[in-house]
Amino acid sequence: MNLASVSYADATVLTPDMPRIDHANAEEFKTALKPHLDRCTAHGPRLVLDFSRVEYISSVGLRVLMLAARQVKAQGGSVVLAALQDVVREIFTISRFNLVIECFPEVCDALAGKSSAALAAAGGK
Amino acid sequence: MRVIFWGSRGSLPFALNAAALKTKLVRALTAAAGRNLDTEEKARVFIDNDLDFSVSHTFGGNTPCVEIQAGSGEYVLCDLGSGVREFGIAALARHGTKSPQTYHVFMSHVHWDHIMGFPFFLPAYLPGNRVVIYGCHDVIESALRRQQDEPCFPVSFDKLGANIEFVALDPHSTSNAAGFRVTPLRQFHSGDSYGFRFERDGKVLVYSTDAEHKLDDPRASDEFVDFLRDADLVIFDAMYSFADSVSVKEDWGHSSNVVAVELCQRANAKHLCLFHHEPAFDDERITRIWRETQRLEEITRLGEPLKVSAAYDGLVIDF
Repeated sequence: MNLASVSYADATVLTPDMPRIDHANAEEFKTALKPHLDRCTAHGPRLVLDFSRVEYISSVGLRVLMLAARQVKAQGGSVVLAALQDVVREIFTISRFNLVIECFPEVCDALAGKSSAALAAAGGK
Repeated sequence: MRVIFWGSRGSLPFALNAAALKTKLVRALTAAAGRNLDTEEKARVFIDNDLDFSVSHTFGGNTPCVEIQAGSGEYVLCDLGSGVREFGIAALARHGTKSPQTYHVFMSHVHWDHIMGFPFFLPAYLPGNRVVIYGCHDVIESALRRQQDEPCFPVSFDKLGANIEFVALDPHSTSNAAGFRVTPLRQFHSGDSYGFRFERDGKVLVYSTDAEHKLDDPRASDEFVDFLRDADLVIFDAMYSFADSVSVKEDWGHSSNVVAVELCQRANAKHLCLFHHEPAFDDERITRIWRETQRLEEITRLGEPLKVSAAYDGLVIDF
């Protein structure tokens, strides 16, 4: 799994490129996230997961996100999601995962919500 | 095969109270405004066609007891929750006290909500009746006896007049029991629970309650998919939201609608019935979960549609 990473000031936007995150590749996703999660501390970069290319996420994939949120919270950091496709947004609602991890309509909304410096660095895009 | 749900609630019995009933009546009467419902028949048609399920029905509050009918002439049940009381009354009404019957019971485990109905199972008190209790735990008899010991219950297990037998099932193999090929599967739950796969005449029913699915073990997940493979009906513990089941209620031994749909889709099951409802959830909430589960199946479907039901006391499913 390719996890593109772009840094904007004190935030990092991560973009998974797989349309499905399920039992076939959830472990890969978890491994790809790890170095970023380890750096996501109170003084480290805030993380924004850009889910614009993800069409489906299974329970195993959601669990990876739950573990990520738990780790980051313990470290004093911040991880949020953005740009969920309609199906994924529904999955989040039905699974009540929208209560576990904050979701924003677009990446710029997430950057605006978490870091004005990052939003400015991203050119407000 | 026919399945009848006599108890679908988890943990402890739940009763529809006066306030909740009044709320349903208010909604029903409001929805009926302007309608001509001057006969019982017209009222029934209106209720069946024009009221939301959460208004026209109740999921009920008996704890687990599921009857399986497959034409064998003997009764087959899963678990002895409080729902077995009403089943027993129905059986007695059908046969009276002079026509001995045989009752086969498959026990998922012996937590209180799954055994609490047995002291009130009237057929067990009648000489001539036969009650055969199957399970993979070696504590089933002692658990049933203990709950009828003083000071907790005034009628000792020894007072039961029926012939009561206990049959140990091998958890690692398929047995012929009660006219079915029965395959147990150990499930993650405090003290273990067992799901049962029932096969007869080309039909497959899986009863899987009180089971948590750990998502970090792909082999366990694959094993469970095989257990559900091509099932005509899967009765599945969907007590918690998925978020709760992997966070604050992790290791509580129950599952969710999200995992239920995924496993059934992977297994090519035909029909999922959500079961073991949280007693804190009212009819409106369970109905909402049911509708959401149907929607989840629809938006994640890759192959054949999976029918989704939600069990309620009195539900009958034929397949």
